[in-house]
Amino acid sequence: MNPRKYFKVYTKFLHTSLASELEYKTNILIDFITAILSLIGSIFLLSIFFQNTGSIGGWNFEQALIIQGIYTILNGITNTWFNPNLTEIVKHIREGTLDFVLLKPIDSQFFISFKKITPSGILEIILGICLLSYCIRINQINFNLSFLSLCLITIFCSICILYSLWFFISTTTIWFVKTWNATEVLRSFLYIGRFPLNSFSFSLRIFFSVFIPIAFITTIPSEVFLGLSQYWKILLEVMVSIVFLITSRKFWLFALRYYSSASS
Amino acid sequence: MISDVINHKIFTLLKVQYSNMLEYRVEIALWAISGIIPFFMLNIWTNNNLNESINISDILLSRYFLCAFFVRQFSVVWVVFSFEEDSLMGKVSPYLIQPLNPFFRYFAQHLAEQITRFPFALIIAFFFFIFNPESIWVPNIGILFLSIISTFLSFLIQFLIQSIVACLCFWTEKASSIERLLFIPTLFLSGLLAPVVSFPDYVKSWIYLTPFPYLIDFPANLLSGNEINVSRGLSMQILWILLLFPVFKQIWSAGTKKYTAMGS
Repeated sequence: MNPRKYFKVYTKFLHTSLASELEYKTNILIDFITAILSLIGSIFLLSIFFQNTGSIGGWNFEQALIIQGIYTILNGITNTWFNPNLTEIVKHIREGTLDFVLLKPIDSQFFISFKKITPSGILEIILGICLLSYCIRINQINFNLSFLSLCLITIFCSICILYSLWFFISTTTIWFVKTWNATEVLRSFLYIGRFPLNSFSFSLRIFFSVFIPIAFITTIPSEVFLGLSQYWKILLEVMVSIVFLITSRKFWLFALRYYSSASS
Repeated sequence: MISDVINHKIFTLLKVQYSNMLEYRVEIALWAISGIIPFFMLNIWTNNNLNESINISDILLSRYFLCAFFVRQFSVVWVVFSFEEDSLMGKVSPYLIQPLNPFFRYFAQHLAEQITRFPFALIIAFFFFIFNPESIWVPNIGILFLSIISTFLSFLIQFLIQSIVACLCFWTEKASSIERLLFIPTLFLSGLLAPVVSFPDYVKSWIYLTPFPYLIDFPANLLSGNEINVSRGLSMQILWILLLFPVFKQIWSAGTKKYTAMGS
């Protein structure tokens, strides 16, 4: 494990995938517009929910916007890194090109997870950050160093959990070969992350904190922003994300033992 | 004689595509599951008593979202993604030689997929009724018939729109980003996430002139037995089809003239 080598390889990845993405410039422009419209659409939906009520699940409109902002950032990260790379696993396995990946003198999980990048997702991240800074103003949150570091820690943990979930689902392809749509199922579940967890019924809340930990992905970081979160929750999130990362790694190595390359 | 040939063609196409789709049962089941977002939305609506303000009872609302789920299941269109892949891979050239517009092939693919999807949608509806036994209802035959027709018309509208977008592949190679852009208004304005009645007035004033509410909101309201202007809805659907079809024919003939086979 040589970090400098990995860094060097990553810059090469960036270079090649950006070059190939920029071939389709209008595509990127259209994706930008899509990202903006999508944010407008979600805020519109939220405003429908709030048009006759002051709070949903104990969150008022200004506070719910924070969740929206965090969701937008995470969605941008998903679209930039996770989606283009991890849906590729299915292709690797169907076409037998996973063999080439495994033969390379580099960690296979690293190669598979970071090969590609879709630049249009970056706009979503920027939009999310703008929305969040607007929320910080309208919610009168005072900004200091400990607050900032806590926010960054929780958001980083959310990214780790999200990555592990995506990676976990994509890894199952080794057994099922065609699970193209499994990521779609995950995507539709993650959609819930746009809304405060408390606005759902009790059984769904349990489901979304235990099986698919959406509670940890968007709700806890938003609570941190509002200064509502207790320290044990943050600690729990850190622990959950570590467990997720380690499990996804172990699961990948376990799955590779069952990989019997193409045509064998 | 001619009608015999056409019948034979349609029957063969459907049979081939249906057996093709049966191969991928698991994938289609996953597709069906990924469409359950309306149920999550229902949970938010009823759990926060948001429906009181728009005068729809819990039961009617749960029926509405169940119907929205069904309508969505049978009007999902992905022709642009298939066509884009085929045209990038150079598969369109052999299709063009055949004495059959390739879009018939995609059309049969979609119909076959819907037939395969039907049992899975029923299973999901069955589970929905287990959790919400009070919302069980039996629509009468006439309503059922009309709503099947309007669902099919909604499918036709979406199929035509996507086919028009798909034809843009002749010029840009990658047209799916335009489809992703069009999907955003479809998602937020069609009534999949919130019934159109609940929209604020400044949106309601113009939305009925666009095709969006006729994609999901109208058939779902019809099927769930909410009050709705049936003749206006159906005629708007037909009007949109009549508007879109010539556009598709134009763009198709212009596109095939523009088309240069791979390697030329």
